[in-house]
Amino acid sequence: MSAVLAADRVRLRVHWTDRTAHLLLAGIAILLVAFLAGPLASVLAQSVEDSGGRFLGLDNFFAYFETPALAESLWNSVWVSLLVTAVVVPAAFVFAYAIARSCMPMKSAFRTIALTPLLAPSLLAAISFIYWFGNQGVLKDWMSALGIASIYGAPGIVLAEIFAVFPHALMILVTALSLADARLYEAADALGTSRLRKFFTITLPGAKYGIASAAMVSFTLVITDFGIPKVIGGNFNVLATDVFKLVIGQQDFQKGAVVAIFLLAPALLTFVVDRFVQTKQTSMLTARAVPYAPKPSAGFDAAMTGYCVLVTLFVFAVFGMALFASFVKFWPYDLSFSARHYVLGLVDNEVGSAFVNSLTLAFFTSLVGTAIVFAGAYLVEKTRGADWLRPVVQLLALIPMAVPGLVLGLGYIFFFNSPQNPLNFLYATMTLLVLCTIVHFYTTGHLTAVTALKALDAEFESVSASLKVPFWKTFWRVTLPICTPALVDISRYFFINAMTTISAVVFLYSPDTKVASIAILNLDEAGEPGAAAAMAILIAAASLVACIVYLGVGWLVERNTQAWRNTK
Amino acid sequence: MPGAESFLRLEGIRKDFGAFTALRDIRLEVAQGEFVCFLGPSGCGKTTLLRIIAGLEAQSAGSIWQGGRDISSLPPAQRDYGIVFQSYALFPNLSVFDNVSYGLVNRRTDRAAIRSRVAELLRLVGLPDSGAKYPAQLSGGQQQRIALARALATSPGLLLLDEPLSALDAIVRVHLRQEIRSLQQRLGVTTIMVTHDQEEALSMADRIVVMNQGVIDQVGTPLEVYREPATPFVADFVGKVNLLEGRVEGPGRVRVGSHSFAGASCNGSIGRAVKAYLRPEDIVARPIAEGDPNVIDSRIDKIEFLGSYCLVRVAAEGLERLPLTVYLSLNFLAEQNLKPGSPLRLRILAERMRVFDA
Repeated sequence: MSAVLAADRVRLRVHWTDRTAHLLLAGIAILLVAFLAGPLASVLAQSVEDSGGRFLGLDNFFAYFETPALAESLWNSVWVSLLVTAVVVPAAFVFAYAIARSCMPMKSAFRTIALTPLLAPSLLAAISFIYWFGNQGVLKDWMSALGIASIYGAPGIVLAEIFAVFPHALMILVTALSLADARLYEAADALGTSRLRKFFTITLPGAKYGIASAAMVSFTLVITDFGIPKVIGGNFNVLATDVFKLVIGQQDFQKGAVVAIFLLAPALLTFVVDRFVQTKQTSMLTARAVPYAPKPSAGFDAAMTGYCVLVTLFVFAVFGMALFASFVKFWPYDLSFSARHYVLGLVDNEVGSAFVNSLTLAFFTSLVGTAIVFAGAYLVEKTRGADWLRPVVQLLALIPMAVPGLVLGLGYIFFFNSPQNPLNFLYATMTLLVLCTIVHFYTTGHLTAVTALKALDAEFESVSASLKVPFWKTFWRVTLPICTPALVDISRYFFINAMTTISAVVFLYSPDTKVASIAILNLDEAGEPGAAAAMAILIAAASLVACIVYLGVGWLVERNTQAWRNTK
Repeated sequence: MPGAESFLRLEGIRKDFGAFTALRDIRLEVAQGEFVCFLGPSGCGKTTLLRIIAGLEAQSAGSIWQGGRDISSLPPAQRDYGIVFQSYALFPNLSVFDNVSYGLVNRRTDRAAIRSRVAELLRLVGLPDSGAKYPAQLSGGQQQRIALARALATSPGLLLLDEPLSALDAIVRVHLRQEIRSLQQRLGVTTIMVTHDQEEALSMADRIVVMNQGVIDQVGTPLEVYREPATPFVADFVGKVNLLEGRVEGPGRVRVGSHSFAGASCNGSIGRAVKAYLRPEDIVARPIAEGDPNVIDSRIDKIEFLGSYCLVRVAAEGLERLPLTVYLSLNFLAEQNLKPGSPLRLRILAERMRVFDA
């Protein structure tokens, strides 16, 4: 037979259903290239060019270090981020320890409260601290007692960032501390090991990757955050505010790109460390491990409860002050109730339309983003063929996690504002805001989808092919119904983040597409902190409502598509 | 070997994964209605070969013919087979009925026909009333039967089983293998099963394909593979075996230690180093008459109780460095009052020895 003699490798004919899958996968790849790789490449290009587009090598970087004010920002950013990390990681560790390893009452309530800062834009904390410790703050005297001249600057940034970053570190550390093998502790007990020694020989080594990851994430979040330093930073310059000033204020795109590269570096490092940590952490807990269940211990549990109460009080104080200030007539002179800030914000300053824009952005991001992310993850994980395209999409899907929003937004300006770009017509449209936000938060959604898809039997597609059922039918009848809870999670994640994000969209809005989080910045700049607080509270409220709606949707989905799970 | 009427024919199949060659020059013919087992240790390439037959992997070279049709480059959807995986791969969110009818819905429009076909299949696999249940409500063995029903629903010409019993408990496994075998014989469907369990292969297959490191070592009936292993690997992998290292002493004579065994099937140059493989049941404790050839004296070293018979390890005189394993019935041990340390006279059935070059 000729086939035996043929020297060529045998290639299976591609069935037209598979061809369709390849086309869809290529579509996802093109989308990610156009809206992620392209913008990032233009940031890199700008950083090594002069304003006329001539290649300069590293001259822009040298010029940067010769500008004393800018170099100082680099140092400011670094030490502030280090300080916040040094406070947040131990604080979150104790909280996570209380949740995972004690018999404290009302664990889920404590946890929920500690995570609520995620629902609001980070600058809500900055506004609230201004009310507490600012020039007309309630506890202004505390600051002077501590020898701190003013909350504006590093002290305010550190305080507000601690509040904003805490829940991120907490989530990582709770996961790390929940992955404990009870057998190790039983073995230690059998050998008569003291509680302290168990902590240092079992607990801490077991959580070390989580701690490293939490530290890296905290550092990156702080150094790339824009909203807090903008509101409470005063004259204290950091990298993130520099980017904004250089690009929007001075139109110096090249220096802006250089600063963006500095912001990209820690994020990239965090990403690499985090990937490494993920592989380590999952391999640590084998299938045979017995989950650890904490035993009651009155003194310890009481101490943990006390600590968590303190942290929750801190959260309440921040939210409460923002809420209170938003309803006060004229701080600090007339503290009677008034809704005038809401009226002022929503009506007089047209935040109403910005709020509608935010909801539109969140709605379309959650809808389109979930569809794209899940389709991408499905095509990568579950279809056959096009093997060269698969790793490309996988890599592109992971990159957004390593790209701070500011850098992405900057890339979008460079890339889409360029008249040569055929996609130029998208610039300053809501469509571009939606796409930018989807890309910005792509990775977490992608990983959630991949995890859900990996839990499915790898042979479903093989079985379907042998039964001559096209892949989309199995996708529709089996894959999608099983994965709906994950879809709800992804959609909620997109919605909340689209509501609260500032960093990427700050470069991209037009008067018509201004979103609420940006409007808060503008109100604050215009000397209307009360209205700014009111709008921040509105965003948090909208996020909260969205969470409750998602909870309901999740419950319905659970009931209608997951009945097969609990049928023993 | 089946001749011209072979249903499935593999010619020169080769599979490379980068620099690693997983399969080389696989040639095999399977007759219509035959039950063939691919047997080998993990990593021998048996699953890869099955996936190539299914079109789930592409071979690097070689061709596949099924029912007179060249299917070498066809995607899975254009081939004709049903497949059952070790993991069952039942759709967990669909009822048993929907699982079994999954491939039928696509080609037949008549709902009544589908219903009666599913009912027939469920009866066939012995679970007639389970149509409304979800897979999670069934035991592992029941789930695997449903997977079998789903694979057979479209009456494929070829049934592929990828370690279908490996995930099951020992008792269910033994029970289900007989059921699969009798079902296969009743339907007459040509079947290929991949397994690493030699007992499974011996008890189910018409023919066994023993694979090792990407090549086929032997193709034969279970008895052939057991009694006349073609290579040392096959002798070692299938069943228990004693390995005796020695030299050819003359026609049919092999010297091992200080013994010379006559009647072995070996020829070739005198003095050649050989390995002789001998099954435990080919070393017997009775009957032994005065003057029998190939008799050795030994001392019992260890007795491993396995139920009605025991696996007895002995140290034979003149074979000090080669402990031998023999099967002795529990009754025999009791009658003779044998314990570790007891002397035991054994006869080697040298004509059963398989002798290979060392």
